[in-house]
Amino acid sequence: MDFGNGIELLKICREQNLPISQVMLNREVELGQIDRDTIIKKLGHSLEIMKSGAKEPIKKPQKSLGGLIGGEAKRIMEFKDSLGGKALCGEVLTRAIAYSMAILEVNGTMGLIVAAPTAGSSGVVPGALISIGETLGFSDEKLIEGLLNASALGYIMMKNASVSGAEAGCQAEVGAASAMAASALVELLGGTPEMCLSAAAMAISNLLGMVCDPILGLVEAPCQSRNAIGVSNGFVTAQLALSGIKHIIPFDEMVEAMYRVGRALPCEFRETALGGNAATPTACSMCYGS
Amino acid sequence: MNFISIFDVIGPEMIGPSSSHTAGAAEIARMARKLFSSQPVSVIFTLYGSFAKTYRGHGTDKALLGGIQGFAPDDVRIRQAFEIADKSGLKYEFKIDDEGDGGHPNTADILLTDKDGKTLFIRGWSIGGGKIKIVKINNIKVEFTGEYSTIIVKQDDKPGVIAHLSTCLANHNVNIAFMRLFREAKGLTAYTIIESDEQIPREILEEIKSHEYIKNTTLIQV
Repeated sequence: MDFGNGIELLKICREQNLPISQVMLNREVELGQIDRDTIIKKLGHSLEIMKSGAKEPIKKPQKSLGGLIGGEAKRIMEFKDSLGGKALCGEVLTRAIAYSMAILEVNGTMGLIVAAPTAGSSGVVPGALISIGETLGFSDEKLIEGLLNASALGYIMMKNASVSGAEAGCQAEVGAASAMAASALVELLGGTPEMCLSAAAMAISNLLGMVCDPILGLVEAPCQSRNAIGVSNGFVTAQLALSGIKHIIPFDEMVEAMYRVGRALPCEFRETALGGNAATPTACSMCYGS
Repeated sequence: MNFISIFDVIGPEMIGPSSSHTAGAAEIARMARKLFSSQPVSVIFTLYGSFAKTYRGHGTDKALLGGIQGFAPDDVRIRQAFEIADKSGLKYEFKIDDEGDGGHPNTADILLTDKDGKTLFIRGWSIGGGKIKIVKINNIKVEFTGEYSTIIVKQDDKPGVIAHLSTCLANHNVNIAFMRLFREAKGLTAYTIIESDEQIPREILEEIKSHEYIKNTTLIQV
């Protein structure tokens, strides 16, 4: 059974007494001409790429192609370890931040990543899932359910809004990834489908208006630290939703609001590298040829 | 594409850093390689728009050269595309045209040549998320994405060719999603692009080629 927005998704979840992940899996089997085992296997492959991307730069950091990033994830983990369990953001979130930034390092060195939903936001969902897998003991099977849940939310945002920075700013890339991560965390931690959508709505709301302003036009900075804020926002809004806090505006309306804000952003703030971080004197002084 | 799959959201698996500037570039070049029926000995790439401005930092050049060597967008050999081309003796050149307009911000032109001097010109657009459109073959405007199984037929623009193609497709029970004719001018060379949701049997090419006005066929399977 197909769904085209959050309301329809929740209706199916209620009627069939299924979590979002299973409704998305059923939809793919029904409409995607692919069987259940193949879907799980393919997502398992993506999860392995995500894990390797989260770890490799911590073991062996490399400078990115554009030279703006490289080595950040390793620093975060080393600093955390030096504090002996007293890291400011705690074990789970510190790992989530480090992993999300590590994947952007892999991306920046022409390594293998999984767009989720885009390359520029590819650290957020894996950062959330891999860190709770390690610290809270979730199996790969559960993490794949997290990917299924996240893909349902991502699909709705792709269909009814946009997940492209060039079209709707960073709020649409990292913002969408953050909403996907928030929803996946809620499901894995036992929240209801309604709570998933509430967390996602809050996640979008918190990052509403965030501009896409890549320094030198490269998918490096500020993208990397924005992935850290995307995953952190996912944890915060998941925790709020799990505590029973509802976002006043429903998910579908937040998706539409995000799209409208995105379309209203001047083109300087939509991946053109003409505004924000990219237009500062420091960024301009690094431009090629100057 | 109407159906948005799980793997459009969690995916594609790709070599970074950019789905449009890296993955899409590799895909355009890989498509050009598939359309060129012989082994290229040299290739000239011309980059327009955003490709022209930011190609180095996005590895667009490596992705294009990798694609020409048949590397998929998730193939880690893309990183060493230059070294691998040097080793095999493939000559390559990159031209930057930041004034010209390719019709889309991310446009690449590709000119392939084989050892006998036979050439193929392709223009491709990287339209986002790693998806592409081929918009020109030689001097003829075309349009296809490679997301479907595709037959590209090069033919003389003469009566009876389309009827022949329809018969071949019916004989092999191919369900057509799209079929379009593109031509340079009346009576000259034309291309028919046939796209199907299903795998297309390779045997169909022999039957298509049996017609006197058919010059060449290429099959791209999804």
